[in-house]
Amino acid sequence: MTTHLVAPTAPTTGPAAGAPPRRRPRRRARSVARHAGLLVFVAFMLYPLVWMVTSAFTPESEILTGPLIPEELTLENFVAGWNSLTRPFWVFYGNSFVVTISSIVGNLFSCSLTAYALARLTFKARNAYFGIVLVSVMLPMHVLVIPQYIIFSQFDLVNTFVPLVLPKFLATDAFFIFLMVQFIRGIPRELDQAAAIDGAGPFRTFWYVIFPLMRPALVTTTIFTFIWTWNDFFTPLIYLTDQSVFTVPVALSSMVDAESNSGIGMLLAMSVLSLIPIMAFFAFAQKYLIRGITTTGLKG
Amino acid sequence: MATATAPNRRKSRLNRQGRAAHVFMLPWLVGLIGITALPTLASLYLAFTDYNILSTPEFIGIANFERMLADDRFWQSVRVTLTYVLVSVPLQLAFALLLALILDRGMRGLTFYRSAFYLPSLLGSSVAVAVLWRELFGHAGLINQALALVGIEGSSWLQNPQTALGTLVILNVWTFGSPMVIFLAGLRQIPEELYESARVDGASVLRQFGSITVPLLTPIIFFNLILQTIGAFQAFTQAHVVSGGSGGPVDSTLFYTLYIYQQGFTAFDMGYASALAWVLLVFIGAMTALHFLLSKYWVFYGD
Repeated sequence: MTTHLVAPTAPTTGPAAGAPPRRRPRRRARSVARHAGLLVFVAFMLYPLVWMVTSAFTPESEILTGPLIPEELTLENFVAGWNSLTRPFWVFYGNSFVVTISSIVGNLFSCSLTAYALARLTFKARNAYFGIVLVSVMLPMHVLVIPQYIIFSQFDLVNTFVPLVLPKFLATDAFFIFLMVQFIRGIPRELDQAAAIDGAGPFRTFWYVIFPLMRPALVTTTIFTFIWTWNDFFTPLIYLTDQSVFTVPVALSSMVDAESNSGIGMLLAMSVLSLIPIMAFFAFAQKYLIRGITTTGLKG
Repeated sequence: MATATAPNRRKSRLNRQGRAAHVFMLPWLVGLIGITALPTLASLYLAFTDYNILSTPEFIGIANFERMLADDRFWQSVRVTLTYVLVSVPLQLAFALLLALILDRGMRGLTFYRSAFYLPSLLGSSVAVAVLWRELFGHAGLINQALALVGIEGSSWLQNPQTALGTLVILNVWTFGSPMVIFLAGLRQIPEELYESARVDGASVLRQFGSITVPLLTPIIFFNLILQTIGAFQAFTQAHVVSGGSGGPVDSTLFYTLYIYQQGFTAFDMGYASALAWVLLVFIGAMTALHFLLSKYWVFYGD
């Protein structure tokens, strides 16, 4: 519903470029003040995260009493947290990666196929189908979750990854269909026609012409599927009750439930570990991520 | 014969495309029916039943909805959720807009600031940040340490029903980065010429803001408002982690979604939970429709 609302534009040149020289000193003073203010605010905003990271490396007894930068760094919190549940933490990491990567593959596969049909092929009731896509974008998951749970438990699929991953292969994240439809509409039709003249049917046109050209939309889909799935708590909380299939968020949450007063360092250490893939992703994909938000309005 | 084939060929091409289209859409169609449409209908039916997953659903008419009217925890969860939405969303958007205005127009370090302010949005919905919030606002937490430095004795923010919801409001406001990024993009769309001619006409900065920036930004404000409101109505993780799944203390953080979860997956009262979920769906739908109706009066579309 929003793809064209905000289109990224070329960076504007600053108003300072054409300013008369006599106003420079005052302008510079203002700019320094603005940067100073902003930096203080950034520090204030990010301080909790910094505290989380330094605390994770601080001996348990000094976390809330010692200085911000601990005198000696320790890994004891990580060691304690790593083995605090019945399985070592790498099991949860592994589970999270399996679920996340499968979800990405599922979304890329199912949403791109659907989007191509809706954007390019001519058939009866196409607009009605597209309307259904838009409506299902707005349907809150809480309405669906109970019957879905009943269905999956009838098939004995609780405590497997199927309820988490199968919906992605069936294009239930309809938002991405919408995103891709809008994108494909921007690809020149001449390319399809050229392929058709060369004798390509819809399948080859999709695979050799459209799919490669969809890269920006596929990148956006990958980024947001990664972040959402990695952070997702509600779905795994419902379907995964056995520790051997826990994803990282559920594992963390069950550590919280079992928290004794001595566990702060361990909890923060595991929290830091759980955020590392997101942070790494952010560092590498930042440019695409910001572009994705500004073109789609998605929340990370 | 030759006259008949032309339309036929066109028709058969359409048929071919139609068949191909349905093959392409097969995964989505299966999901639409099996994972979206049927469950939606099923949950509508379950809303009128008494069902605890072990027995067969028993039709009880509107009893679930009558029960809601008399259910104190239902009303409490409505109050908590509305308070959360009505306080945190406007605050969050105000911060987002303010920072976007400060960062506007090619200032040096824009990329750095944008990323720094966006980072909390990226992490805000994670369990890890909810854990962090527990430790920040806990009795011996960082906030109280800081307050102690300036001689104020803190309370235990999370154990106090007066302040527990406030900490979650702060968490949501903290994630103002994603609407800010959208505001920034919107601000860039406003043509610089408008400001130039306004300056030529002697309009003050405040006047420029009121007569150019705000009206041209209203579609973006509207968009952010809808998006963040719908998101806030469905907030779950933070309340679940901070309160240990209880919505406490004294139900002061009992988000509506948390109440659905408790009824459906702790008490396994799935009929009642479905009824609750449908009330949420209708409410979000009505709210969104209302936003769209009201938008006529304040959202300005250039053309």
